[in-house]
Amino acid sequence: MQFFQDHILSVILFTPTVGAILMLFIRGDRENVHRWMGNLFGMLGFLVSLPLVIRLGENWNTFNPALTDFQFVEDVEWIPSIGARYALGVDGISLLLVLLTTLLGAIAILSSWSAITQRVKEYYILMLLLQTGMLGVFLALDFFLFYVFWEVMLVPMYFLIGVWGSDRRLYAAIKFFLYTLAGSVLMLLAILGMYFTYAQQTGVYTFDIRTLLEAVPGFSPALQQWLFWGLFFAFAIKVPMFPFHTWLPDAHTEAPTAGSVILAGVLLKMGTYGFLRFSVPMLPDAVKEYSQIMVWVSIVAIIYGALVCMMQKDMKKLIAYSSVSHLGFCTLGIFALTPHGLSGSLLQQINHGLSTGALFLIVGVLYERRHTRMIADFGGLSTPMPGFAAIYLIVSLASLGMPLLNGFIGEFTILRGVFEVNKHWAAWGVVGIVLGAAYLLWLYQRVMFGHVTHEENRHLPDLNLREYATLVPLVVLCFWIGIYPKPFFEIIDPPMHRIVNRVNPGYYLVDPVKPLPAPSAETGTTSATPGSAAVPPQEQR
Amino acid sequence: MPTLFPNPEELALILPQIWLAAFGLAILLLDFLLGPRQKWVNAFGALLGVAASGVALWRLRGVHAVGVPGFGGAIVVDPFFVFFGFLFLASTALVILLSVRYLEVEEEHRGEYYALMLFATVGMMFLAAGTDLVVIFVALETMAASFYVLTGYLRRDKRSNEAALKYLLLGAFSSGLLAYGFSVLYGMAGSTRLTEIGYAFRTPSNEIFPVVALVAVAAGLFFKVAAVPFHQWAPDVYEGAPTPVTAYVSVASKAASFAVLMRLFLVVFEPMRANWELLLGGIALATMTWGNLAALTQTNVKRLLAYSSIAHVGYILLGLVAGNETGLKGMAFYLFAYAFMNTGAFAIVILLRRKGVIGDELDDMNGLIYRNPTAAVLMVIFLISLAGIPPTAGFLGKYFIFLSLIESQHYLLAVFAVLYIVPAVYYYFRIVVHMWLREATDATRPAISPAQAVALAACTLVTLGALLYAEPFVRLATYSLLGSVVR
Repeated sequence: MQFFQDHILSVILFTPTVGAILMLFIRGDRENVHRWMGNLFGMLGFLVSLPLVIRLGENWNTFNPALTDFQFVEDVEWIPSIGARYALGVDGISLLLVLLTTLLGAIAILSSWSAITQRVKEYYILMLLLQTGMLGVFLALDFFLFYVFWEVMLVPMYFLIGVWGSDRRLYAAIKFFLYTLAGSVLMLLAILGMYFTYAQQTGVYTFDIRTLLEAVPGFSPALQQWLFWGLFFAFAIKVPMFPFHTWLPDAHTEAPTAGSVILAGVLLKMGTYGFLRFSVPMLPDAVKEYSQIMVWVSIVAIIYGALVCMMQKDMKKLIAYSSVSHLGFCTLGIFALTPHGLSGSLLQQINHGLSTGALFLIVGVLYERRHTRMIADFGGLSTPMPGFAAIYLIVSLASLGMPLLNGFIGEFTILRGVFEVNKHWAAWGVVGIVLGAAYLLWLYQRVMFGHVTHEENRHLPDLNLREYATLVPLVVLCFWIGIYPKPFFEIIDPPMHRIVNRVNPGYYLVDPVKPLPAPSAETGTTSATPGSAAVPPQEQR
Repeated sequence: MPTLFPNPEELALILPQIWLAAFGLAILLLDFLLGPRQKWVNAFGALLGVAASGVALWRLRGVHAVGVPGFGGAIVVDPFFVFFGFLFLASTALVILLSVRYLEVEEEHRGEYYALMLFATVGMMFLAAGTDLVVIFVALETMAASFYVLTGYLRRDKRSNEAALKYLLLGAFSSGLLAYGFSVLYGMAGSTRLTEIGYAFRTPSNEIFPVVALVAVAAGLFFKVAAVPFHQWAPDVYEGAPTPVTAYVSVASKAASFAVLMRLFLVVFEPMRANWELLLGGIALATMTWGNLAALTQTNVKRLLAYSSIAHVGYILLGLVAGNETGLKGMAFYLFAYAFMNTGAFAIVILLRRKGVIGDELDDMNGLIYRNPTAAVLMVIFLISLAGIPPTAGFLGKYFIFLSLIESQHYLLAVFAVLYIVPAVYYYFRIVVHMWLREATDATRPAISPAQAVALAACTLVTLGALLYAEPFVRLATYSLLGSVVR
């Protein structure tokens, strides 16, 4: 037990790898064994991550939002001669993303049971390796380690799209790989730049993120701007922000269902995580300099993504483009650089992971039954599939920002944060929400309502138990965040306040509208939004 | 007082080479006693020779940083030499292991093949140890002559003969250039010792001779490492040579040429750095560009790897452009990693060689994942490493090069260098596409012989281990720089 407490992050990180290695030694033609093994380790990966927030006993320390440091830290030497360490830790920024990753990983693996019929062994091995790669990105506290995981993850994803994807899979897979790689190699240069500059200043060669978080803001403004652009391309391509989004529709559409779930649910969050973890706190001057550009790019993404969605004939492509729009909200919130904007952005990332993940699962359900994703091939499905209709409706509403569901909380908080900086930005954001409602409801209408238009759809079976098992947890979480988001904000808020203090040191002093920490009237309806959440004392300078 | 025989201490300094030469000669004799089915004994003998040489080299590892000069300063045994010596021995051993099955399939299994490999290794070792122009030149020719023969070893194969002739003619031309440069150096310094030539270079002069010498020597060496614009021989030779020899040329001969290149540039030409840094940077950039772009459209795996190896030369040269400790460490580490990952990739091509199937076209890779999953997975690891994606040794090699460029403020070169990873991934993954995503066009399942398995295991272990457990490997690269090469 003590070992588990001390090394919980390593256990979370490598549980999937252990599964993958074990599966290497099982013969490939025993497909059901691989299915069980894959699901077992997917589920196990999720279960071992729960003790981060659930007490296991008397002496168990769960995550404590009040602490400012990284928690569950493991830090040992890895390559001492270059100063790279094996350092893991979580804080309020990464905790929820880690839990989201383990949950979506388990669900994605479960959803593949009948969808994957060829090369089953390789599929599950790659899914598990991908899981390790993604978790490593969120857990790493060492830039070298971070970069290794950041790139390692591309390889299994390439294979998942390339081998099990649909018609244009080869094109989509290599496009995804090359596009994201081009960004990440530039990030490598930025990382090396920080590493070297810090060594020049102090004589210490280190990739330690905690050290660099303190040191990099002190670098010269010119250098900060170069570093910002170096990091920017990696993160912006991953998010993807507006001009860099062209890989996304291809990759999401061609990937197998589970691959799309992971892509939309977790992979895109790495970009926003990068902004929140590195760009904004490390390079505050450069971020302030460029935040206007970033905001406008985000707004373009919101509107453009939504408009493109309207025109799609392919369900999966529609949902893929909706990610562009939704992630636009996340980057909008980040670059508003206010506590509400940042907190809302992080929560919205989780929301997007849940609801878009669920939407991709829903498309997957239909695809498995009919082997088509064209909207025109469906219609009136609520008659043969009532259970499916209910869940799909909830998920759509969650995604478009219906109150009582999670999307509303996230988007509202973001817009609240943006509003206090610039009303026009918020207004454009609202346009995006309206368009979002339009394309999602229109899609729902065309697929589910009316009479059954195609005979072969008349007797489609409703969801089976396994499919319920993949969708219901997501629906429950959507309601939870929608109704009672306080526990989530309690985790998210403190690090966001620290970020605002770095980027905008005067924020809490100058603005008289927000006497902190007292709850303010204007946040009335959302008593749990960050304005009222307890701000740790050290923030109230 | 000069004596007729060298004293035993000096002989100990070249004991590794002596063992190799002795075993090479012994194999030539032994070969007569072996029947056609016992030729593997030759390979075993060659491995023993490599092992004996390795033991002798291991005893020299403790040499202090300045190195022990021998034979009146003609050679030096320093950590730089020991590092490269082990690198040559390791790649020789790997290639021997990979050759046995290949030569049996080709029905050209004879002893002189292994003897020539050992002789080539002798040349390489003297190349890394040489501190005298004459030694360096003779060593270079020893190595090159062995390679000319090895390249044309498949007497009945037109491609092999053509490749050997091309290699010989262009190699002779480049050796001529090099000899010309050496003669100018000698004329300037009045000595063939590198240190003395280095002194001559340290006094600034406006004469043309240093530049002439630099250009001639650089051109000769660029040919040997296959840097643009002296690279044209490489794809043809790589494609035509027997595949194990291709692996050997691309790995060991390249490392040896880089060893002498590093020594010459850092000991002799360093005072002229202002003159050649830009030139070398341009050559490196052109080499990366040409190698990466030409590789994009290749349909033959050996040619593809040939162009990719040209691109790698560009990366390695960048370490010399940066010229700082990280850069040189990076060159050593890169060459080390390259030896294992590239040999590994060629090993998979060798696996596909069967009776009647040459197996080096991209289409021969089709569906390898169904035919031999182990080989397909290992190939992915080697290709990822060649591309420079973690968690592999290739990534760490590139990491050092990039870092050195940033440290020495060559930002533009750094940006080009990192972005060329993208086309590299594209062409390496064309092989992956054929292996993993195409249906098998050929139902045979290539088997892995025990010797090949050993070689593949070693390559995989180093390719992955040199990042996941990198410390000893980085120390090794650092050790190589203790020598007199770096001031």
